[in-house]
Amino acid sequence: MSNDNTPSPYESHVPSHREAEPIPDPGLPAHTWRPTDVDPKAEKRAERQIAAMFVAAMVFAVLFVVAYFSFEIGDSWDTFGGLGASTVTLGLTLGMSLLLIGTGIIQLARKLMADAEMVEMRHPAASPPEDREATIQALNDGLDEAGIGRRPLVRNTMLGAVGVLGLPAVVLLRDLAPGNALDINKLAHTIWEPGMRLVRDVVGTPILASEVEMGDLINAAPEAMFPSEENGYPELEGAEEQAEKAKGAIIIVRMDPSELTEATQPDKWTVDGIICYSKICTHVGCPISLYERTTHHVLCPCHQSTFDLADGAKVVFGPAARALPQLPIAVDEEGYLVAQSDFTEPIGASFWEREKL
Amino acid sequence: MSSIDTSKVATSNRTDAATASKPGRAGSLATWADDRLGLASAMKKNLRKVFPDHWSFMLGEIALWSFVVLLLTGVFLTLWFNPSMGHITYEGSYDQLRGVGMSESMASTLHISFDVRGGLLMRQMHHWAASIFVASMMVHLLRVAFTGAYRKPRELNWVIGCLLLLLGTLEGFTGYSLPDDLLSGTGVRAADGFLKATPVVGTYMSFLLFGGEFPGESIIPRLYIIHVLLIPGILLALIAAHMLLLVYHKHTQWPGPGRTEQNVVGYPMLPVYAAKAGGFFFMVFGVIAIMGGLMSINPVWKFGPYDPTKVTAGSQPDWYMGWPDGLLRIIPTGWESVIFGYTISWNVMLPILILPPLMLVILMLLPFIEGWITGDKRDHHLLQRPRNAPTRTAVMVALMTFYGLAWAAGGNDIIAIRLDLSINQITYFMRVAIFLGPILAFWITRRWCISLQRHDNEKLLHGYETGVITRSPEGAYAERHLPINPTSAYTLTARDRDEVYTVGSDTDAAGVDAPNSRSEKLRAKLSSWMYSHNVQKPTRAELEEAHHHAEHEAELQAGLDHPVDGHQFDDHRLRDTTDVPLRD
Repeated sequence: MSNDNTPSPYESHVPSHREAEPIPDPGLPAHTWRPTDVDPKAEKRAERQIAAMFVAAMVFAVLFVVAYFSFEIGDSWDTFGGLGASTVTLGLTLGMSLLLIGTGIIQLARKLMADAEMVEMRHPAASPPEDREATIQALNDGLDEAGIGRRPLVRNTMLGAVGVLGLPAVVLLRDLAPGNALDINKLAHTIWEPGMRLVRDVVGTPILASEVEMGDLINAAPEAMFPSEENGYPELEGAEEQAEKAKGAIIIVRMDPSELTEATQPDKWTVDGIICYSKICTHVGCPISLYERTTHHVLCPCHQSTFDLADGAKVVFGPAARALPQLPIAVDEEGYLVAQSDFTEPIGASFWEREKL
Repeated sequence: MSSIDTSKVATSNRTDAATASKPGRAGSLATWADDRLGLASAMKKNLRKVFPDHWSFMLGEIALWSFVVLLLTGVFLTLWFNPSMGHITYEGSYDQLRGVGMSESMASTLHISFDVRGGLLMRQMHHWAASIFVASMMVHLLRVAFTGAYRKPRELNWVIGCLLLLLGTLEGFTGYSLPDDLLSGTGVRAADGFLKATPVVGTYMSFLLFGGEFPGESIIPRLYIIHVLLIPGILLALIAAHMLLLVYHKHTQWPGPGRTEQNVVGYPMLPVYAAKAGGFFFMVFGVIAIMGGLMSINPVWKFGPYDPTKVTAGSQPDWYMGWPDGLLRIIPTGWESVIFGYTISWNVMLPILILPPLMLVILMLLPFIEGWITGDKRDHHLLQRPRNAPTRTAVMVALMTFYGLAWAAGGNDIIAIRLDLSINQITYFMRVAIFLGPILAFWITRRWCISLQRHDNEKLLHGYETGVITRSPEGAYAERHLPINPTSAYTLTARDRDEVYTVGSDTDAAGVDAPNSRSEKLRAKLSSWMYSHNVQKPTRAELEEAHHHAEHEAELQAGLDHPVDGHQFDDHRLRDTTDVPLRD
């Protein structure tokens, strides 16, 4: 192809070997008449057909109003296949009304409106060369009159001033997390502290070590999430409560102590084969949940990272990179499971400063 | 009208006298408006603007109209939705959650679903319309790519379209996160993990977005304003630009008799195209209404309110988020490094923060890369059949295969359960297939396209197969071919010959090589890779020669007892009329 530097869209439309086109363009086919163009009966029939669609659309719109006022919602929300009578009838009547209007209009266009194809010539997307030149001239004149190019001091300081204006814009966003809400050191700690009881996550009752059955997996939480006068933990509210709940969730399992590897520190951190891990996946932070007792593997349902709970919750499959943090546990004098300390590393998804906190 | 009754001429500062005849009501309104807006000059051409017709041009229209449905149903939902994470106890009509603590956004979603008549319908219509919006944008994108409609002068409109797809996806994510139910909350927590995986600033980005530690009390109101104001505003502006460019460039059309690069053939905007497009809006709206009425989507009451300690098996994002999720799932174990004490999570960065943006950039660059390789600087308004651009078609199919495999990987748990397979094996398979699949798809597609090109040439040169077998006196069997009709034949040849770019062809007048000859060599190599396998249409001489040969054959058979054209028993004579432009 010839590569000219001033492409003219008009000329370049024409292939260089137009004379060699194997078959000449026969041109637009002749217009053919539709039955509705030539047969008055067909025309009348189409008119009636279209009008009938519009009338039916009106009927459905009225039925919509009837349905709106006749069907109760609330208690009877699953009348038809899990959906309420109101939702089903409103959807059907509205949809039918709209569809009939739509088909009516399209039928009108296809059957009764003129159907002769028209030809319109295209124009190149580019402006004519003289317009381009005039524009460049105007631009240069304008810039020249502004004199910005001749006064670099003014130009540079102006650009600098506008650029520095970005600082206030960015700084203004600082209080998206106001005050010490931006303290990322919080990621290093959870609410767990020495002696805090492990409680069942829904009811908040403490767990006797002797109650934990072999092969069980118990979803548990820190006792501080269930404050009472008896345990003396302070009420948590709002964001703080949610954050501590999100970080403090644990799973407790019991297996034959002989199955636990050294990675779990069986002598220091477990109680008679009872072992406790953070419930929050180290991949992107989903709560893990699916436990297979024969292999003591636990699977995260979000992205299928699989952890071996007998072997320090090391990742055996899936995209996670780190083992679930283990919570060192003991029993108190009443025989309930308690934490020896907080987790010894940040729980949940990785983050840039993780090793630094 | 030789004399004008000047008593009726209105006073006017225009150069011509205002019309004396009494206009109709609509006419006087139009005059009133034009006196102030001067619209007539712009409307004069555009009211009868010609739009070509083809079913595939409707795909973008589905996206446009479903966006309008989204605006309408979305406004309805905002009248009741309360984007607050304030904790309340649900006391509404849905008995199974009555007395359960949840956020106000979840409670107001339940209120819309169970205590506002038409509320559940509108919620479901909104969600279905969102799915259709994204899906139709994707299919529209494929149509544009496969037909080469993104070539000059439409590259920028392609880029705008890609941005619309990105924004539509983000709009969907922010939207389905709003009810603060268990499923969407799990998605938001994963998004928090993605943010935290961003090097250097990730942890702070997470804290700033959530107003502190996850989950905080700010994320829902913030997602809400992004969902109802920020993204829709940008979407509207980009859709307007997309449509303006469409009008300015005029729509592409398929080649055919009388349809050239210089013209556009079709129906005028007023009345036919306006009626068809307007009617189609009602149809899209109607279909979405029926889907909203009959098909349950996102039943948040079944998931329950968000609780950061809970999750359900089979948690899946909405389908258009599935492919990055799939990439996330098939990353091998342990891809994380600690450098100078800082953690770099390749296992999250690669599938979420790097690959999807990279895919988008590749997509946006496609017309520019193709334009550079071919060196083609002409405007293109005639569409190409996918087979006539085998390399482009194959690249798109390879990208689709990558997308499809990643998407399937995002459902590896569902596939494992439904097909009773091992999730580990599916994942191992995907880790390999994601690389091999696209290569295989590229190769198969390209060969397939080239075969189809050969087939087209066969039809042009030797006609189509009639299915009639004749035996020659020597006993040889041959199938009778008949020429295809002239309209089809012209349409098959209405395409450019591909020309492989060669170094040296780009010299200036003095014959000096262009200065950047290394990139030119690469360009020549790529051009050869792209074009050299293609089958070009026959020349006039080849066609004449072939037809001459056919006539000669016919003469030889003229003496037979029963000269048959092979169409005594079928309807080819009826169907092969000139008004059927092209048929395989």
